[in-house]
Amino acid sequence: MHIIETGNVAAALGVQLAGVQVVAAYPITPQTPLTEKLSELIEAGEMDARYVPVESEHSALAVCIGASSAGARAFTATSANGLLYMHEQVHWAAGARLPIVMCVANRAVGAPWNIWNDHQDSISQRDTGWIQIYSCDHQQIIDDTLKAFRVAETTSIPVMVCYDGYLLSHTYMPFAVPEQEMVARFLPPFHPSYALDPDAPANLNTVTLPEIRMDVHGEMAHGYMEIRYLLQEDLRNAVQVVEETDAAFQELFGRGGVPLVEPYRCDDAEYVVVAMGSLTYQLWDVIDALRTEGHKVGVLGVRLYRPFPDAAVAAALQGARGVFVMEKALSYGYEGALCSDLKSALYDHLPDKSRAPFVKGLVAGIGGREIKTVDLTDALRSGLAGSIPGPGWIGIRL
Amino acid sequence: MTEIRWHGRGGQGAITASRIVATAAFKHGYTGAVMIPTFGTERRGAPIFSSLKIAREKIRDLSPIETPDVVVVLDHLLLDEVDVAKGLKAGGLIVLNTPKPVTACDFGGVRLAVADVSALSVEAGLPQGRVNSGIIGVLCRAFDIVPFASVLEEIEAEFSGKKPAANVEAARLAYEHTTVGVA
Repeated sequence: MHIIETGNVAAALGVQLAGVQVVAAYPITPQTPLTEKLSELIEAGEMDARYVPVESEHSALAVCIGASSAGARAFTATSANGLLYMHEQVHWAAGARLPIVMCVANRAVGAPWNIWNDHQDSISQRDTGWIQIYSCDHQQIIDDTLKAFRVAETTSIPVMVCYDGYLLSHTYMPFAVPEQEMVARFLPPFHPSYALDPDAPANLNTVTLPEIRMDVHGEMAHGYMEIRYLLQEDLRNAVQVVEETDAAFQELFGRGGVPLVEPYRCDDAEYVVVAMGSLTYQLWDVIDALRTEGHKVGVLGVRLYRPFPDAAVAAALQGARGVFVMEKALSYGYEGALCSDLKSALYDHLPDKSRAPFVKGLVAGIGGREIKTVDLTDALRSGLAGSIPGPGWIGIRL
Repeated sequence: MTEIRWHGRGGQGAITASRIVATAAFKHGYTGAVMIPTFGTERRGAPIFSSLKIAREKIRDLSPIETPDVVVVLDHLLLDEVDVAKGLKAGGLIVLNTPKPVTACDFGGVRLAVADVSALSVEAGLPQGRVNSGIIGVLCRAFDIVPFASVLEEIEAEFSGKKPAANVEAARLAYEHTTVGVA
């Protein structure tokens, strides 16, 4: 069934269809309508789950960590400073290998206070060990939310589904809602390999020594370093799980096929613009306009940001003469994090480094600064001509 | 693609009105309809606007409308604060809630549709200031994109439990009392 609704409702319907058993969240703009919708569905008996209202985002994720440890399918959602307040538990959830799913309605972080969209909130959680997916429209939001649970439960790694605050969270757009019966085939009930059991008490994630040691059963147990190595190795292997999950989804629902990167007119492109989220699709129109002027340009949307699909990114860019990375976030003091990651991927994967494309980092839409299509077109046109005026912050007025 | 920009005040229902038309258009085969509200600091009474883009193909550009085909204004006092006609395409239309006749308005020679939606809505049984159903009636009279009957169905569904009949009546009254001219 196709409906027209907001991105927040698309996420909420995905969570409902996924058969989530525990929801814990604290309201923050622009995420609030998502968790309000879930509380309505639960209150109305349309979703068999426990909604735990909490006094903070830190507690919201703590509740999900408890619920997931006990074997429940758990979900939370937040934005901006709420995500930052959660940060300690974000690390914990990944280290504890709990398959929690969290939606992030992307919003700028304070100070100064700002409620509008950019990607600084979720990008700043890049190194926590979560899988991060960026959705470009409502169809991807609902589909990605469903896939996120399967990926999380296959890998025992939590997944963040990120989508642009307001631009997607509050915009009304048509999308298909999968049938419950089909979802059940795609996402069977969660059966954890280990769950807390009051009849068999155990300590989880207590102080773990630097060295490997004998455990209470007389067997050699991992030290902290081994446990963390396995998280890294499983995250790297999760690229393949994300691909396999997408393929399974596509077989059932006929949608998908772009789990890692989403290229548009990249095949013969001399210059490629790289972006994440709804900006990716806005750039499709820009690229169409520039193509009619004779510029051989394309767009590469990065859908999976962590684990970084370095091989897929490098493969998509290897024929290009130049790459413009357009980001709504920064690693302050250097450049956009995606820009650094992309350069690293090119360095590792290009067979002939002397033929590497130039990579130019651009910043756009910080704190909700309107990204006008005409500004994007002008910036790229001057970039193709060899020089982008100013500091490369599109639309800045100093 | 048809671009309709809605201007109102926070709390007045411009976003609800544009959503109703978006939904009606979507159900009428415009499978690319999108409605993008532009949020400020969400104070009641502050000028706000939303962008309704209607097409049969997917719309990827979610940036606010710069060159509207139609501008809908829920409150004529906004004209002193906001340049509502900014970027209006040649041959474009302005839909305005005002007690004044077309001849008393001046937009430099554009098509203008007016009705005293504020008064007509009260006549229909709505509380003072609830103009979002009525303004849709004015839009539908002057601009043919979705059959008025389908839009009325959508209004009724939107306000189920919140005076649906009065809201439908407000839209119908405004539709009937709309005058269109050039101003």
